[in-house]
Amino acid sequence: MCGIAGLIWKGGVTSDIGSEMTQMLQALKHRGPDSTGFALYGKGDEGVHVLRFKVAEQEEMKTGFDIHRLVVERKAAVDVRLAEMGAEVIEREDATEYAFRYHFKFDGDLKRLIDFIEDLDGVEILSVGKALELIKDLGDATVVSDQYGLKGFVGTHAIGHTRMATESDVDIRSAHPYWAYPFNDVSVVHNGQLTNYWTMRRDLERRGHRFMSNCDSELIAVYIADQIDRGDELEGAMQRTIDVIDGVFTYLVATGNQLGMAKDVMGAKPMVLYESDEFVGLASEEVAIRSIFPREIDTWDPYQGEVKVWAA
Amino acid sequence: MGSVTTSHDMGLHEEQLAGRTQQMFFSATEEENFTYPWGYEVDFEKSAEFDAADMEIAEINIAIRDLMKSGHGTITVKNPRAKHSLGVGILNRLNLNFEGSLGYFGCGLIDGPNIHISGRVGWSCAENMMAGKVVIEKNAGSLFGAAIRGGDLVCKGQAGARVGIDQKGGTIIVGDSVGAFTGFMMQRGRMIILGDAGDNLGDSMYDGTIYVGGKIASLGVDCVETEMTDLDKRYLEGKLSQYDMSAPNGIDSMIKLTSGKQLWNYDNLEPTEKKLVL
Repeated sequence: MCGIAGLIWKGGVTSDIGSEMTQMLQALKHRGPDSTGFALYGKGDEGVHVLRFKVAEQEEMKTGFDIHRLVVERKAAVDVRLAEMGAEVIEREDATEYAFRYHFKFDGDLKRLIDFIEDLDGVEILSVGKALELIKDLGDATVVSDQYGLKGFVGTHAIGHTRMATESDVDIRSAHPYWAYPFNDVSVVHNGQLTNYWTMRRDLERRGHRFMSNCDSELIAVYIADQIDRGDELEGAMQRTIDVIDGVFTYLVATGNQLGMAKDVMGAKPMVLYESDEFVGLASEEVAIRSIFPREIDTWDPYQGEVKVWAA
Repeated sequence: MGSVTTSHDMGLHEEQLAGRTQQMFFSATEEENFTYPWGYEVDFEKSAEFDAADMEIAEINIAIRDLMKSGHGTITVKNPRAKHSLGVGILNRLNLNFEGSLGYFGCGLIDGPNIHISGRVGWSCAENMMAGKVVIEKNAGSLFGAAIRGGDLVCKGQAGARVGIDQKGGTIIVGDSVGAFTGFMMQRGRMIILGDAGDNLGDSMYDGTIYVGGKIASLGVDCVETEMTDLDKRYLEGKLSQYDMSAPNGIDSMIKLTSGKQLWNYDNLEPTEKKLVL
């Protein structure tokens, strides 16, 4: 079933989007209790990249053989490779015992750097971006938000996801949002099932894209990344997914300064939209929007096949 | 029949389907029928209101039931805040007001109440409604009035996709546009759409009537335009005036759609009987 939510403050306004998205996703907990994911877009400093990566799964930390030693080793290996490529790490933070947040400066080929790090066994990059920070783990919104200290995260826009696993495993790898590797700041959350996943995945893999999970939703992120790479605008790329991707879907995409939504031609999955002069809120259910705007507001459902994009 | 005038005597039997039906016809004068175990005797003059802001869904529905039990016939619920499944399963006459919006499955499985919602409703509002009246001032989600069997369901704003899917009776009125697959597999009843209709309007409809005031993106399989008679116009005029609504370009410009009945392949025999014949 899955619940998705998105919000964007217009005109460069910033707000405590960490708390807002936590509340929205907590209101959608009943749509998917397996895992929760956040893609938060902060202000970002000029020339500084934020790297979020993990070196183990939550389950592994409980049962894995010698996992605590491996975690330390894997993290050290990431540090070595970052230094080797000439990235200057400014700040290191432990989000949890197995997930980390680095700020670094780097002028070279970002894709090469990312590939080099991910080449390490057990290491998965959740996101690299100037504004984007991607956090996902098992548990409901409050649990994940508290675990990673997301309350008080100031930014312009965010998307989030509460997952009910249907097509793939319950682990961080299969949790949303998906980062559109290797593009700075592009992330996707999706509610639905894609039926031409394998055909399209093979096609994209042949063109050199990599898939981290077996989750069908990752396809949307990779496809949009591929289209943007070929010089398309976000809205154009999203419009194309309506025709090309088969199945049921309602998804949200965010870039460094934009938030977009698209709905399949059958309108099979829900989406409620609230738009005012300074704010746009989207969620699978209105209760999520009401969790941050308890007063009476006017909302509506975008129609089937609709694509909408807003800028921060 | 004696001195009792039934609706059938008054001529209200045009919509009866030919052929076999599982529907039970009964007389309102017979004693053994027509009272639900959870239908309460209420007094419309006796009114109550409560604030639902900090209440759970079940608590709100129980509060409504308890008020009906104590004979309250007019109930106002404040701050429903788009919670799901509110005002469901009400089986008696009641004036119910929601000051705010409902989430999914609002006012489903009802038989009798007059409900007014000052905000919007989410998906599947008034699903399987049997009788009564539901009026929504703002927008409605998809599956608005799915499988309703009777009563009037009115949305003054726009509604989502699949409005009146599997409609089996009653009237659905939408003041603005509706999404794709509206009237999908409609079997009976009437639908009045004053705005535009999305793709595949009336797809695979068996019977019933759809009136559209705006533009139609495309018609579904076996949905055909038919002649608007004076009777239709009088009906639309009367029905819309009940809810202070009007067709944006006038009733004369509205389009009437029914089933082409080309997909019908029924006969009067049940499958078991067919075997016997063969």
